[in-house]
Amino acid sequence: MTDAFKFELVSPERLLLSGEVEQVLVPGSEGDMTVLAYHAPLLTTLRPGLLDIGLPGGEHRRFFIRGGFAEIGPAGLTVLAETAIDLTELEAGQLAQAVKDAEEDVADASEDAVRDRAQTKLDQLRQVQATLNL
Amino acid sequence: MPSLKDLRNRIASVKATQKITKAMQMVAAAKLRRAQTAAEAARPYATRMETVLANLATALQGREGGPPLMIGTGKDAVHLLIVCTAERGLCGAFNSAIVRLAREHINRHLADGNQVKILCVGRKGFDQLKRQFASLIIDVMDFRGVRQLAFEHAERVAEKVLALFAEGVFDVATLFFSRFRSVISQVPTAQQIIPATIPAETPGAEAALGGAVYEYEPDEADILAELLPLNIAVQVFKALLENAASEQGARMSAMDNATRNAGDMIGRLTLKYNRSRQAMITKELIEIISGAEAL
Repeated sequence: MTDAFKFELVSPERLLLSGEVEQVLVPGSEGDMTVLAYHAPLLTTLRPGLLDIGLPGGEHRRFFIRGGFAEIGPAGLTVLAETAIDLTELEAGQLAQAVKDAEEDVADASEDAVRDRAQTKLDQLRQVQATLNL
Repeated sequence: MPSLKDLRNRIASVKATQKITKAMQMVAAAKLRRAQTAAEAARPYATRMETVLANLATALQGREGGPPLMIGTGKDAVHLLIVCTAERGLCGAFNSAIVRLAREHINRHLADGNQVKILCVGRKGFDQLKRQFASLIIDVMDFRGVRQLAFEHAERVAEKVLALFAEGVFDVATLFFSRFRSVISQVPTAQQIIPATIPAETPGAEAALGGAVYEYEPDEADILAELLPLNIAVQVFKALLENAASEQGARMSAMDNATRNAGDMIGRLTLKYNRSRQAMITKELIEIISGAEAL
């Protein structure tokens, strides 16, 4: 039994989830990490991926998130995502659209640095697609 | 002196107008509630964003250089004014108030010898500004078909602004919108977004830190480089939401006034109608009586 801590998932449009959780798997830009209670203060950017939230009682909720950042402070964990969609509401079409947009970004990019960044985004999205088998 | 029939027609037409304004008022009230909830729902994100940016800015203080989005281009010769207005009229002085504030800024910048460029978000602002400053307007974006504002709309505006900034089209960007204070009070506001104005030492930032030292992944500068463009989108989104709520609030009170005016007008016209009807009856009676007397 692990200790619970405070967690908030916020998108620009609304507060999606707020409450006590036991663990959260955060897709950080430098790699996935699982946050438990009493984590050291940390600020990280996010890559498109899956956010897995372990609620007290063993229940799990999963969200697809894109962009933004996560902040771990003494008060708990806050994830600010540009887009956050509950996996139960996520439709294959939405992800396919995101992949298509990313492909266009890669095609449109004129500078190398921009193209590299777009390519990374695209790869990450494809990876999510593969994990979900959509 | 209008005839009785004319008066009757006018009363009927004013009544029809009153019905329309009344309906518009009620629609605006319902939309206002939705817009207000949306604005409130967006607040946590914006506040968090500000706190984190303030933290980062403090962490980076005293270092050489920084991203241009934060420190600017070192000049302030060319100003970009992003004027956010509504798509529709009939909302009192809402649009004109924003445009008036923008116009004041434009005139001041021009008097100082600076160059001004305008990006209109919303058609009404464009309609009003093009009369005087058509040559300064570089682009118009309108969200006429949009039912509910989403973050992606703000992102589209932000992308355009960032692209222009990357091309070196302007040095300073200011956002014009109407802050929603209450249903009867909307305050036109100018907010500088590039270079970013970071709230120095907000008490909230201090408390959120709680004296802890953050680890950054990747390092501060990289995070900041990623967050600043996002912050532009967040600020634009906030402005658009505030604007949407203000617009509905302004429309509601404007339509309330119009309904009341129509009521007064109906009262006056009815009085006039009854008076002239009475006068006609009296006149006919007098004619009959004097006719009878003459016999």
